[in-house]
Order: sequence, then structure tokens, then C-alpha cells
Amino acid sequence: MTVHSTSPQFKQNAARALNDDQLQKALGNVKQGFIDKRQMAADKLPEFEALRDSARDIKNHTLEHLDLYLEAYEGKVKASGGHVHFARDAQEARDIILNICRDTGAKTVTKGKSMISEEIGINHHLEANGITPVETDLGEYIIQLRNELPSHIIAPAVHLNATQVEEDFRRVHTHLDAKRDLSEPVQLLTEARAVLRERFLAADVGITGANFLVAETGTSIIVTNEGNGDLTQILPKTHIVLASIEKLVPTLEDVSQLLRVLARSATGQELSVYTTFSTGPRRSTDADGPENYHVIILDNGRSSMLGTAFEEMLRCIRCGACMNHCPVYHAVGGHAYGWVYPGPMGAVLTPSLIGVDKAGHLPNASTFCGRCESVCPVRIPLPKLMRHWREREFERHLTPATVRSGLQLWGFFAKRPTLYRFATRAAMGALALVGRQRGRFAWLPVAKGWTKYRDFPAPQGETFQQRWKRERKGARA
Amino acid sequence: MSARDDILGNIRRSLGVNGTETIRRQMVEDRLERSPRGVIPQRGQVSGEERIALFKTMVETSLATVTEVASASEVPQSIALFLRNHNLPATLRMGDDPRLKTMPWQDTTLDIAHGPSEGRDLNAVSHAFGGIAESGTLAMVSSADNPSTLNFLPDNHIIVVSAKDIASDYESVWNRVRFAYGKGSMPRTVNWITGPSRSGDIEQTLLLGAHGPRRLHVVVVRE
Repeated sequence: MTVHSTSPQFKQNAARALNDDQLQKALGNVKQGFIDKRQMAADKLPEFEALRDSARDIKNHTLEHLDLYLEAYEGKVKASGGHVHFARDAQEARDIILNICRDTGAKTVTKGKSMISEEIGINHHLEANGITPVETDLGEYIIQLRNELPSHIIAPAVHLNATQVEEDFRRVHTHLDAKRDLSEPVQLLTEARAVLRERFLAADVGITGANFLVAETGTSIIVTNEGNGDLTQILPKTHIVLASIEKLVPTLEDVSQLLRVLARSATGQELSVYTTFSTGPRRSTDADGPENYHVIILDNGRSSMLGTAFEEMLRCIRCGACMNHCPVYHAVGGHAYGWVYPGPMGAVLTPSLIGVDKAGHLPNASTFCGRCESVCPVRIPLPKLMRHWREREFERHLTPATVRSGLQLWGFFAKRPTLYRFATRAAMGALALVGRQRGRFAWLPVAKGWTKYRDFPAPQGETFQQRWKRERKGARA
Repeated sequence: MSARDDILGNIRRSLGVNGTETIRRQMVEDRLERSPRGVIPQRGQVSGEERIALFKTMVETSLATVTEVASASEVPQSIALFLRNHNLPATLRMGDDPRLKTMPWQDTTLDIAHGPSEGRDLNAVSHAFGGIAESGTLAMVSSADNPSTLNFLPDNHIIVVSAKDIASDYESVWNRVRFAYGKGSMPRTVNWITGPSRSGDIEQTLLLGAHGPRRLHVVVVRE
């Protein structure tokens, strides 16, 4: 069992999100910031599109040979003095981590940002066993104080405003002067830096994720802007890397290709501030660094995606560009998706990992506008994959009866073009006639839910196909 | 069956392979052996003065500062000046790097400490393994010469890099790492550093000095 999901309640979650003023204000930051920054970074690098192709090809090649690259990687980690543990599911991964922590007598564990650690719910498990996990990425720290899941894969607290963070800091940091000024974001940052510095220095174990694993050298890679991942892994005695099977890449050259598209797609930076390559534990020539180095390689359903249409999803490098560009994400935020991974990538990945019966709403939460695919650094055809899930949901009779009969009715007409043209002509003509006076409908018989929030403009009386035919004729004449 | 064998078995079942196919094994071995380069941006493919100029521009783009000195013997004075200009205390921590140790620190009034940081230092200096002009990145390798903690714990981090070690691209640095450590081997930690620490986690506002250094200053040594 993985982290509890509210994905089945997507509709209720979304409705609540749309009426949440704080959330709507915070979501404005997503629309403004990320899109322009990515575009500027892409424009500055003429090879950007070629690098996206290269990134896609590297990931495809690795996935096709994943068994062999995993073996090569494992051999290299062992040769450098590290340990590799395989975990079939979340429970196994949690047990391995807990055992390592117990073996080192750990009381507190610092954590770098890791979506897989959210996926396996490690914080709760450690707490339940008397070990204190401390999130150190500023956004993750904030949501840990609030007992929330991240709402974005690279900006976990993007759903919050500074005033909310101030309230949380005042509530939790009770050892500090109650009258201190926290009105500026930089004051919040400075406070978090000081509080977390002590936690870094006291931690017994550091857990990080991995953006990539390199088979050539047995290296794990983390990418951060804050430096929190590095302090997490170099200060404690033991460093645990938590990664899933698809993080593998063959060589240092290959990972350099992927790094060139990752930060540009995510935050619009040339490169994130800290890209760290870790290989094994501290050497005799080192003056610092962890004495023990463990890598946990998690499957949790991913190996079954290979060889299916959803294999392409395993190329994902978790940049967040798809959600940054998604109109549905902009409207409802990440929490509405109800599990660990939000946005278009979550709408494809979540049904694979927790089942389409639980997460079937997610691939339906798309207008198929295609912006996600157009910005994906590894060119994952996200709309196509969402459509595959919709088909499966339909085949397995998971869609509600009204939707099914509606689709069946539409299918009946769509398969008979003459009848379809006739029926749409008749319908459009009738609507145009009835709506001519007011120019819009505030209410329509079978679309009450839709017209509740907006008016339906009255058609002009001609269908698209009629107009197409007419204009083509005009163009030829 | 162990989790390892189970996962590898499931991967092979899904891919429709058994893991012993000669062609697949050959392809993987070949790629690991040859490490083929991919698309290398033209931007960094310049040499001499042009490359150093690009490196400095990109360092500044990353919100770090950069200065140049003619020789290693001028580094201590340059760093002392940097600290003074920013009203920072005249203290400095460094590792055992002979390139740093042999510099004439006695010409300054700086109070020098050696060894890794325990988290209370304001200023530290490290010597880079190399620089990357394409993105203004410093490549650091871990050892007692340049402990990794110096890259992250101090408030102000100064990195010295030799002009001759500034490469066009990441791939050229990997070639040097292979030459120094052997093909397929790596130092415990390689840090690529591109600018000072920052966070955008509060309302997507860019703030410097999240957990790592608030300031990053780069000194390029020309000789």
C-alpha cells in the first residue's frame, strides 16, 4: 500500500479548489513565472529542440535495456563500496529504510526533496517508529509543518501564500521571539535557514532522491537550487538514496544531455545551482562525506509499464513543465489530483501506479489542448496516453452510466457520416433560430451543469463542415 | 525469489527478453565503453580569450561575481579585497589543496583555518577542478584538498579556478575526470556549482542564500 489517495474524489477536490481564494491567488504565480522563463531559456539555446530529441532517445534506449543497465549500475555501486537494495513495493522500501536507520541508531533523519519518498509515505513510517524525519527543501519543510502533500513536483508549496507560511512558522517556531518581523519572504527564508541548519548538523541519516543514476560509474545525481540535498547527504554518517528503476541512464555523457533540458524546462535556468554526483561512501582521501552509502531501487509497478503504451511515461524526468503549462492544473492546483503526482504527468502515471479504478478521473481532467506534450523535454505524448486511459476506463465499464450512454449515442451518429451531418445541421439550425434574439443560452436541456457557470453562445446556423465546404468552393473559384 | 531477481525478471518479461541476448549485451557494453557524445551546443565551442570571456559572462548570469588575477600569488590579496569590500570578517577556511596552501596568505591579515567545515564558518575558499564556459559552472571534486562541506556550509564561498582548466562543455570535464580517476571511476563527490544558493519556494520569488552560500565569488587565475 502506498500513500492514501483521494484521486477518486477528483471532482469534489476540484470544486473545492475552485472556491478556495487563497489557492487561486497562489496559483497565479504558476501561470506568470514558469511559462515565460522556460520559453526564454529555450530561445537562448538553438540546440534545445535537438537536445529534446537526444534526451528522448537516451531514455528510450535505456528503458529497452533496463535490466542490463541496472546490473551494470549495481556492480559499479558495490565496487565503490556502496550498497544496493531492491524494493518491489512501497512496504519493502519503507522496511529497508527503517532497518538502515535502526542499524545506525538514528534519532533524526534529514531529507532532500524526493517524490518517491512521498510515494512510499516514508515520513509517516519513520515517525510511527520513533524516528523524526525533517524535510529540508524549503517548500517541503513548509508542507511538512502543515501535514500536506506537495502540490507540485518541483515547487511543493506553490499552493501557499507568504502569509500562510508566516502563520505556520509562528505556530511551530515557538522558541523564537513572538514579536519578530516576518512580513518579507526573505525573513521567512532566513528563519528557515537558521532552524534547519541545526537539524542538518544533528542528523544521523540523510535521505535524498535521485534525479538520475549513472550505470557507467555507479553514481547517483541530485539537482537542487538550495543546497539542502547536499547538506542532507554530506553531513550525516549514512546517506540513503531513494530512486526508482527508470532513473537509470548509461553514461556521464548521456546524463549531461538530460541535464541540459531539465533545468531549462523546469525553472528556465541554464542549469540548477547544484548538480551533485555521488559515488559510494567517503574515501580514505576525503575529509568529509558519509561513511555509509545505500541505494534503494524501487519498482512499485513500473516494470509492468514496460512493453506497454505507458512505457513512454517512464522517460519522465520530473521537470514539472507539463503542469506549469496545463490549464486544468492552473485552475485546480495539485492537491485536487489526490495523490503524489499532479498535472498531466500525474494523470498518466497515477492510474499506472494505483489503478485506473481509483484514478480514472485524472486522465479525464484534460482539455487535450496539447501544451503539455509541446513542452515535455523527453517528448512524452501525454494527451495520447491520457486517451489510452480513457479507453481502458470505458472498456472496463468504470465510466458512469450517463457518460457511457452519451458516448454510445454520439458514437452511433459519428459512425454514420450522412446521418451525423444531417443531425448536426438540424440541431445547429434549430439552436440558431431559437437563440437568434438573445444571441446566447443561459440554460440548455442536457447541459445544465455546463450552463450553470457560463452562457452558451447561439450558433450562427451553419455547421463547421458546411462552412468548410463553402469556403473551399469559394477558394477554388 | 529475492526482490532483485523478481524486479529484473519482471522487467525482462515486460520487454520480452531473457537478458542473455548477445546483441543487447553488446550494445550496452559498447555504449558504456565508448560513452558517445550527444548534441553539444555551439555556444561553448570557442577557445582562448573568447572562452574565458563567455565563462565570466555566464558566471555573472548565475548571479555570482567573478574577478581575474594574473597569477596565483595575487589570489590572497584579491580575496582579502573582496571580503573587505563586502564588510565581511577577515577569516577564511580552506582544505589542504597545495595550490591554495602555497599562496602568500602571509601578505594579508586574513585569519586562515584549515579542514572541513562544521557549519560555523562565514567564509571559505576552494580550488575548482575545472570550469565550464557553456553555463558558467564550476566543477568541484571532493577530497581533503577541497572538502565538500566548504562548498555548502559557509555564508560566502570563494572558488579559485585556473584559466587553463576552463573547458567549453561538460563532456570535456568528464574526459579530464576519466583521465584523473580512470574510466568508470569517480571521486566520492563531484559538485557542479552554478551560482549562489537560492529558493523560489515562497510565492515563486527568487531569494538568494537558502541553505548554501548566500554569495559565490569566482577568482580566475590567468597564468
